[in-house]
Amino acid sequence: MSQTDSQPSTESAAVPPATGTAGFGGMQARSDAKLNSVARISVRNLDFYYGDNKALKGINLELPDRQVTGMIGPSGCGKSTLLRVLNRMFSLYPGQRAEGEVLMDGRNMISPQVDLNELRSKVGMVFQKPTPFPMTIYDNIAFGVKLHEKLAKSQMDERVEWALSRAAIWDEVKDRLQTSAMGLSGGQQQRLCIARTIAVRPEVILFDEPTSALDPISTLKIEELIDELKRDFTICIVTHNMQQAARCADQVAFFYLGELIEVAPAAQLFTKPQQQKTQEYITGRFG
Amino acid sequence: MSTTVPTVSFSRTEAEARTKRALGLRRGLTDRLITAFCLVATVIGLFFLASIMITLLGRGLVALDWTVLSSEFRPTRYGDDSLPKGGLLHAIVGSLIQTAIGTAIGTPIGILVGTYLAEYARQSPLGNAIRFVSDVLLSAPSILIGLFIYQLVVLPMGGFSGIAGALALAVIVIPVVVRTTEDMLQLIPNTLREAVIALGSPKWKMVTFVCYKAAISGIVTGILLAIARIAGETAPLLLTSFGNNVLSTDLSTAMASLPIAIYQQANSGFPDLIEIAWSGALLITAGVLLINILARVLLRNRI
Repeated sequence: MSQTDSQPSTESAAVPPATGTAGFGGMQARSDAKLNSVARISVRNLDFYYGDNKALKGINLELPDRQVTGMIGPSGCGKSTLLRVLNRMFSLYPGQRAEGEVLMDGRNMISPQVDLNELRSKVGMVFQKPTPFPMTIYDNIAFGVKLHEKLAKSQMDERVEWALSRAAIWDEVKDRLQTSAMGLSGGQQQRLCIARTIAVRPEVILFDEPTSALDPISTLKIEELIDELKRDFTICIVTHNMQQAARCADQVAFFYLGELIEVAPAAQLFTKPQQQKTQEYITGRFG
Repeated sequence: MSTTVPTVSFSRTEAEARTKRALGLRRGLTDRLITAFCLVATVIGLFFLASIMITLLGRGLVALDWTVLSSEFRPTRYGDDSLPKGGLLHAIVGSLIQTAIGTAIGTPIGILVGTYLAEYARQSPLGNAIRFVSDVLLSAPSILIGLFIYQLVVLPMGGFSGIAGALALAVIVIPVVVRTTEDMLQLIPNTLREAVIALGSPKWKMVTFVCYKAAISGIVTGILLAIARIAGETAPLLLTSFGNNVLSTDLSTAMASLPIAIYQQANSGFPDLIEIAWSGALLITAGVLLINILARVLLRNRI
């Protein structure tokens, strides 16, 4: 997976992903349950409103540095809403507001003084449907980089190759960088979007149901990619697919009706849930 | 939830089977009837269109030659064939100038207003008001626009002028371009906008580098359709650039245009002038057709 990384390659990631704990309903959850104690983002007492409708109620959650946090729950439970708070996407829409704290580097990202463009360069996002821009593959990657950095042509070439390699799509597109990105397949488009996000060199990447529009093979590729990316990025993934959460996440948070019911290491949440609601949801009693 | 589950049998009784056959028959008939209606309507519509085109070709080609394209108006005398034949050069040049200037003024304004409506004021009261006014302007009788420019430009300037004609055409272009620009921008899924914003892009870069790119062929199509629309406008030009029988490129004096030349020569009563008017009509139609075809090709090649 490590092609032409311009960063020092960390070979420690060659440790095979340990599986073994037989999970709930036959799910294989990660057994390396040790969570990084350093939080990249801390959410404290977060409330969120769509107009008068309170969509998130008193959320407290830590996103451990360079680990994957999975967010699960039935539709309308607030998991996507929380994701859109983390990069302030909700600020695009008047009538939506958040109260509480989202701490990153000791600053509250909810505060109106935050430079949103700078925040979003640190907290990237990949959406449910692939969203390639109507331009060439090269320009898709370069667009985001140009927003924040001034690079010479050769440096930009390197950055584009690096990002596409990290997103495991370089080999498929290296001979057609100057063709339209709209000609790629859905799975390729999604990896292109991941590359575009990586290229800006964020610290955190948010995935909003990144595979729900993709076929199983593409899904597998994206999941492998997420596993690889957590070496360098803190990742938060919203998913409707509990198997996916079990496969990808180190820590899983279960939301229900705007509340965070339970957050625990993936293996623990799927095998020994502490809350009645969590158990009912993961065994398919509702949702 | 009720505890008694209703049961439905999968086998049909004789009566049910008969109902189903009858239904099927009726649906088949209705289907054929509707198809027939649509066909008849299409034929009626096409008949008029074909009739116009055939007449136009038949009569327009009679006088259409190099002289019509290369010389300006020449007076004629009834029953006298010895006088040299005139042409429409003055009108062609006048139309091109006024259409070009009208488009050049109207297009940027229209695109910016359409962008404002689609990207900045989708639901705001001001946006709704502008959208409403623009739609009213879109369907306003063009003679009113001519009167408006007459008051605003012709009277203060003390006479008819080419620039007044171009301005009147610009006013017609604006609402057409506003509407297509807004429509085309609204077709862009919001997730694409969010994807740009999520990279840390300011809104203006999102609009100019991504939204315009995604909508470009639609917007260009709108501009071409606006050009096609103003190329055939007569009423607003009557009150603004008035028409001119000699070739003039001076924007401050009266300027000829194809629709007005057609209008005047077709009303002149002289058979040779009427023939030239037919040629002019054919020229405009061919030009508009060309623009429409161009617009279609562009729309097909959208990314």
